[in-house]
Amino acid sequence: MSYLIGVILVMAAATFLTRVTPFMLLEKRADHPLLIFLGRYTPAAIMAILVIYSLGSVNLAVPPHGGPELIAALLTLSAHLLWRHALLSIFAGTAFYMYAVQSGLFL
Amino acid sequence: MSIVGTALRASLPVMFGYVPLGMAFGILFQDLGYPWYFATLMALFVFAGAAQFMAIGLLAAHAGLLEVAVSTLALNSRHIFFGLSLISRYSCRGVKKLYLIFGLTDETYSLITSTAVPPHGRENDYYLAITAFNQSYWVVGCTLGALLGRMIDFDTRGMEFALTALFLVLLIEQWNKVREPFPFLLAAICGVAALILFKEQMLLVSIALSVLLLILRRQLSESRT
Repeated sequence: MSYLIGVILVMAAATFLTRVTPFMLLEKRADHPLLIFLGRYTPAAIMAILVIYSLGSVNLAVPPHGGPELIAALLTLSAHLLWRHALLSIFAGTAFYMYAVQSGLFL
Repeated sequence: MSIVGTALRASLPVMFGYVPLGMAFGILFQDLGYPWYFATLMALFVFAGAAQFMAIGLLAAHAGLLEVAVSTLALNSRHIFFGLSLISRYSCRGVKKLYLIFGLTDETYSLITSTAVPPHGRENDYYLAITAFNQSYWVVGCTLGALLGRMIDFDTRGMEFALTALFLVLLIEQWNKVREPFPFLLAAICGVAALILFKEQMLLVSIALSVLLLILRRQLSESRT
């Protein structure tokens, strides 16, 4: 049990360290133009990367060849472009995806 | 709507992602034979999805604490770049600020940078509420999974798509904010390349590379003017 507690403490410290480092190092330079530039453009870049990452584990080589993911993603995007209601867009895509994988719709 | 209400609404999609994912973690965790409340403690003190799943493997193999530290640092080092772009946003102090920094997951970062912040000059309260809601979903998910284990009958397969859908929606929101193609294009190229070349370290490689290229681009356009 003390091993498990040790693991939890070490992980908590290591995770916090990765999150706190930039604040510790650059706190006093919050208004530096480069940090303001990064504050503006980094979120856009990270959102694109998170989309690719979360769809990246799809195996296109085996059936259903990413079909459910593609349709669910298109549903989410078009719902959001049409109505711009975040919850509705996310619900539409997720509900379709759950139905598709649970019923084996594309298999 | 109150700040807490707005934050609750904005964070609901994360609930649909975190609860089933946390439950999946909890189920794997209790398979190791530890009491359920250690899953809760992990969700409370570590609060890092990918790292907690990695911990299952490390615990099963009885890995040394040094190995645990190094693997956690490697997996979570992408968070350094999250902080870089939040330094001027997180303007509160003391315990509040420490909690905001502690709770900076991928999803918390995404919501904080991409949703509309209530215009009351109390942005940090909104950030705090988002962070706390997200962590509570994670704690509930991990705890339920560990408590109920394989007794759970409800089929949650596919529900984790909520996080993919959330990122897609926030991508559109980012486009509406930024309205310049270069950060998106640059990140898409880095992301696809990293996915093919560095599957295991995809997030770290592509985020670090994108931030580097963003800085480079700025320096280039500065030196031209």
